[in-house]
Amino acid sequence: MFKRNARQDLIFFLVFSAFVLSMPVLLAPIGAGYPDLLQKFAIYGLFAIGFNILFGLTGYLSFGHAAFLGVGSYAAVWMFKLLTMNVIPAIVFAVIISGLFALAIGYVSLKRSGIYFSILTLAFAEMSYKLAYSVLTPLTNGETGLQVKLRASGPVTDLINQDVRVLDAAMGIEENGIPAPSLFGLEITGWQAFYLCAVMLIAGFYIAMRINRSSFGMMLRAIKSNQNRLNYTGVYPRPYLLAAFTISGMYAGLAGALLAVTDPLAGAERMQWTASGEVVLMTILGGAGTLLGPFLGAAVIKYFENIFSAINENSLHAVLSFLPDPVENALVSVLSMFVGEGWHLTLGLLFMLIVIFLPGGLIEGFNRLIGLFTRSRKQTTGENREEA
Amino acid sequence: MSEKKLIVNRRQIIRGAAGGAALAVPILHYIKDAHAEEYCNMPKGKEVVLGFNVPQTGPYADEGADELRAFKLAVKHLNGEGDGGMLNTFKPSSLKGNGILGKKVTFVTGDTQTKSDAARASAKRMIEKDKAIMISGGSSSGVAIAVQSLCQDAGVIFMAGLTHSNDTTGKDKRRHGFRHFFNAYMSGAALGPVLAKAYGKDRRAYHITADYTWGWTQEESMKKFTEKEGWQTVKTVRVPLGAGDYSQYLTPVLSSGADVLILNLYGKDMVNALTQAVQFGMRDKVVNGKNFEIVVPLFSRLMAQGAGEAIKGIYGSVNWNWQLQDEATKAFVKSFGQEYGFPPSMAAHTCYVQTILYANACEMAGTFSPAGVIPALEGFKFDGLGNGPTEYRAADHQCFKDVLVVKGNEKPTSKFDLLSVVELTPRSKVEYDPKIFGGELGPINTKPC
Repeated sequence: MFKRNARQDLIFFLVFSAFVLSMPVLLAPIGAGYPDLLQKFAIYGLFAIGFNILFGLTGYLSFGHAAFLGVGSYAAVWMFKLLTMNVIPAIVFAVIISGLFALAIGYVSLKRSGIYFSILTLAFAEMSYKLAYSVLTPLTNGETGLQVKLRASGPVTDLINQDVRVLDAAMGIEENGIPAPSLFGLEITGWQAFYLCAVMLIAGFYIAMRINRSSFGMMLRAIKSNQNRLNYTGVYPRPYLLAAFTISGMYAGLAGALLAVTDPLAGAERMQWTASGEVVLMTILGGAGTLLGPFLGAAVIKYFENIFSAINENSLHAVLSFLPDPVENALVSVLSMFVGEGWHLTLGLLFMLIVIFLPGGLIEGFNRLIGLFTRSRKQTTGENREEA
Repeated sequence: MSEKKLIVNRRQIIRGAAGGAALAVPILHYIKDAHAEEYCNMPKGKEVVLGFNVPQTGPYADEGADELRAFKLAVKHLNGEGDGGMLNTFKPSSLKGNGILGKKVTFVTGDTQTKSDAARASAKRMIEKDKAIMISGGSSSGVAIAVQSLCQDAGVIFMAGLTHSNDTTGKDKRRHGFRHFFNAYMSGAALGPVLAKAYGKDRRAYHITADYTWGWTQEESMKKFTEKEGWQTVKTVRVPLGAGDYSQYLTPVLSSGADVLILNLYGKDMVNALTQAVQFGMRDKVVNGKNFEIVVPLFSRLMAQGAGEAIKGIYGSVNWNWQLQDEATKAFVKSFGQEYGFPPSMAAHTCYVQTILYANACEMAGTFSPAGVIPALEGFKFDGLGNGPTEYRAADHQCFKDVLVVKGNEKPTSKFDLLSVVELTPRSKVEYDPKIFGGELGPINTKPC
């Protein structure tokens, strides 16, 4: 039993990796085959996969995970400004800082459960947002956002507007204009940045899968199903919760760092409560508690945000021009409510439909489809699919 | 468990090879692509794509909607449709009315949401997916600066729309970014003397400022030029963008001993703050033996429309006003009015002008390459676009022209007749040395993307 699972996991993992790496080709026909969007798929997929370790496994709904994303971004940009444009110190530092941050917030918030926990995390995240927006302006540069600047030639008086990059300077790396993030000389922009994000996503996915299958993951699921029972059997669940919270905070920090790598600018709006709500939507839309669901949810939401919001009446007219004029005009005026500025409406409808008809998210939908076609095989593989 | 993982069998090797192939295909795919063009998004077909990135939601949404109308009108005129608008008055013009360099102009749109992240994602989509060769738009300087540096890195041209911060062409200027709109420094330089004449030299000012790059630089410029006239600055308070309720910021004003309130706010924020200040009865108060006054350094007709009665008699500055009497303005107002049924705002005007100027620079250079377009725009002198003689200064890519000081109309004759021009401050009075703001333009970037 255990052996078969491990083997199926490996196949599942390899298929997932192959899919992620070939997204540039596979997703080109639906207009998503360009680096920025695919980077977003990978980054927010990572964010949601990490969030799912907390929410999907323990059932603790955090409404403040965007704070860790933001902290990760700021930490990464500071590394770019102070040390080097190499992405590795930035990513490592961002994960450490956001992990510490999550440890502190988790320690306080996890003293409560249920709705009180959610409200506490929301309060902490809003506090972080307000701090980043105005109080901590010397660290965050407020609304304008923290940016990579030119390396200072003379004495440094203002670190926000003058970078030092001591490591790069010590290694004698010349800069012509504002440099792009790099990996030992290889510039990390466009497709290179996508492949970096994709590799991180695959690694993150693998770790999440290992956690899911481990006894630690089992303990987290036990917390979700009945925490009282655990208490009565003599298990103190809070350390497990705190570990899960910190791990998911570190995932968020990694996602934040990758956002900063693909686009070296950190803004406070990344920490706003809407961003925290977005990751909850992603996870539920895809299927909370499943491995693949959060990634799918993240991809669907980012696709809507970037592609649907860009469709305007002109492009609708172009697509529907084969219809007779009155029909075309009527159809365009109806459809235009759901695209462009109306993409939120479409997403809301989709979310409603999924929550009502497919409470297990998109993954449940796929399982049902597969069930329809392979009714006879369902008995043997169904159990494993549920978890996938 | 761990032992089993280390054993590699034939099937796993085959799978690994399949995975490797899946990885190699897209990499080859983009390497092949990268060498086919001489610069980023070189137009290859019969069409050229421009990207219009404006706020469609958030506190600056009204401005964004009007900017989009102007862009669409500009594209129409460039393609030789409609009555041509300011194309007929613009000189020296190289435009032929058949698109740009014979290619039909098409466009894509996006929503900046007045957030740097969303704006950059939207601009990246235009560059990477839609192959836009030029990005334009704005309404928030924070966003404009973020998108401008993105365009520099990507190697496309950024023609800033409405952005008024000194930083856009100051410390955050870029070789690939150009601004036609005036800035906070010019507003201050034009308003200072007019305010001193109207309200006297012995005044105490209280600033309420939007907490981001534009607010900061406008507060700095207003302080500089009012203090030059002998005013004192009592206090400056920073408020977040989109605050909505300003009562907590307005109540301390009257007890501070200030007799002038300067609102460094814009869009719906300015409308809310000004309306609430008037509701508080501030304009009827007498402080230090003088009437309490409110100043709005950056005005716009859209804001005046939103603020209604509250705007009457209030001083501010604008980049352009639809009631100007020159031929270019008349032509633009006429064709905009025919298309949409109302006069254009100054946000619309600057976006229209920027699109025309970009198209003209491409025609002058005979190419879309930044290596040709940027030198064509640098130092370009032109007239007939509604602001009189104007120059794109080469040192910082800022347009220099006369600045309009306006006042809210006491007796409007229509719902669009809201601002009356008090003074036309000549260009020489608002000009400055580009070095005072620091920053570097950087190199021309013709790297293929």
